[in-house]
Amino acid sequence: MAEARNSIAAPMGMAGSNPRADMLTHIILVLGVLLFALPIWIVLMGSTHDAGTIGRGDVPLLPGAEAAANYSAVWSQGNMRRAGVPVSTMMFNSAIMALLITFGKIAISIISAYAVAFFAFPGRMLFFWAIFITLMLPVEVRIFPTFQVVSDLGLVNTYAGLIVPLIASATATLLFRQFFLTIPDELVEAAKMDGAGPIRFFKDVVLPLSATNTAALFVILFVYGWNQYLWPLLVTTSTHVETIMVGIVKMLGSQGDTEWHLVMATTVLALLPPVAIVILMQRWFVKGLVETEK
Amino acid sequence: MQRKAIFNNKLLPYLLLAPQLVITFVFFFWPAGEALWYSFIRQDAFGISKQFVWFENFTDLFADPLYHQVILNTVIFSAAVTALAMSFALGFAVLADRHIRGKDGYRTLLIWPYAVAPAIAAILYIFLFHPDIGLIGRALKAAGIAWNYTLNGKQAMFVVVLAAAWKQVSYNFLFFLAGLQSIPRSVLEAAAIDGASPLHRFRTVIFPLLSPTTFFLLVINITYAFFDTFGIIDALTKGGPGNATQTLIYRAYIDGRVNLDLGSSSAQSVVLMIAVMALTLVQFRFIDRKVHY
Repeated sequence: MAEARNSIAAPMGMAGSNPRADMLTHIILVLGVLLFALPIWIVLMGSTHDAGTIGRGDVPLLPGAEAAANYSAVWSQGNMRRAGVPVSTMMFNSAIMALLITFGKIAISIISAYAVAFFAFPGRMLFFWAIFITLMLPVEVRIFPTFQVVSDLGLVNTYAGLIVPLIASATATLLFRQFFLTIPDELVEAAKMDGAGPIRFFKDVVLPLSATNTAALFVILFVYGWNQYLWPLLVTTSTHVETIMVGIVKMLGSQGDTEWHLVMATTVLALLPPVAIVILMQRWFVKGLVETEK
Repeated sequence: MQRKAIFNNKLLPYLLLAPQLVITFVFFFWPAGEALWYSFIRQDAFGISKQFVWFENFTDLFADPLYHQVILNTVIFSAAVTALAMSFALGFAVLADRHIRGKDGYRTLLIWPYAVAPAIAAILYIFLFHPDIGLIGRALKAAGIAWNYTLNGKQAMFVVVLAAAWKQVSYNFLFFLAGLQSIPRSVLEAAAIDGASPLHRFRTVIFPLLSPTTFFLLVINITYAFFDTFGIIDALTKGGPGNATQTLIYRAYIDGRVNLDLGSSSAQSVVLMIAVMALTLVQFRFIDRKVHY
């Protein structure tokens, strides 16, 4: 829609017709892009220098010669001075957490939305509201009692403890339900006439139709899962389940004897997976984000 | 709302709902109920005796000058983050909506900070503003300014606000861009034919038509500043110096985790729950009325 509109002429009646205004637009947008990119450029360049350069406060803006040394050090050993966990271990833990949260949320949300949209049964609206109301209970407002429950279940320092309490999703359920309500009745009737039951219909019709929504949710939920900080901070005390977000903040320490060049290399590694997914799956992400929230 | 064509199985829908409901009850409703219950309980220092104290935890909380400061911090922080993140995003969106070359490229280059974790955003801002190793921090010191956000509370607030706003611009940008693109061309053309200047057109035509998006983002940004910025504060300032950057969520964490004050921490959780409920209700009232476009 937007494409069609913009291909005709200038939306605000001034662009295209006014080269000076266009130039100004480009200049401001480039400045905006640089404003966003500057901190990333600093860590990217800093991560290729040695401890002395960063420690002196030189803030190098050009690449140095220590990239291989720094990255291999953090990847295999982490922050040695703090008896740190290798970044590879923390990245693995974060990947497990992010992927299982993503698939878990999508899986349980798509089936519960299917139940609410395609069946009539006693308690349907009650259950729907029970799921809906969790929107008002983000993990941040119920951290300690939730920690207590996880601890009573013996799940502290386990992947299950990290993941399961976060995989209920009102947002995903609402999105799928909304989408399911747009599937034409004729399709359901046709399937029933062909003798397809609800499980067949789900597998052969509903799942394939939901591919775009699922891709969009994948991006949003992966970013959510990878970037979790408060919950892993509470529920993991052992290094073998430490995630990258918790680990990198620990690396900062008291900022007196921080090995800044290693923090920089770890920062680059920690932000790479979610940023890559957002950029590579941009088309689905943009569509999904705007539709999920509305 | 229910569709007409449905399946008639009796047991299946319950089985399909079961995983979501079990998790919701065990990890959402049960803990939320416990927080509510403990907010009315006082435990002695050794955790031996418990006493039902009605609203004493709440009255103590709201009588505490420190909590007043934390509320004030949260208001300043949220207002500044929301204003900064939304105005920059609106500016970029208006420009990126113009018919210019390379607009898709700009969009890509402006949305990626969405994927940066709050804790990572904080670390990026350490490398900008640290008095000894930060690019801008050192420049400020070289210019003769007594810059050290680890000692100066106002400077600390300034840096956490910038880091939090920086991360949120891309989200707002996407929604403003979608809002702008949904404004009918005919409206814009009519305004242009009337000869209004671009700025005048923006103020009288475009901005009012964007009001549903603006309102929606207002709620989302306040929610973000309240709840999703824990990692930024923890990595950058740990709430300090003093209590200068403690927000409501950070204080609840400190009282529960560090001070082990279950009653007060639970009361604070309940306050936060009420805040998030109010925000969610406002947001959904808006959805009912979003007939503007």
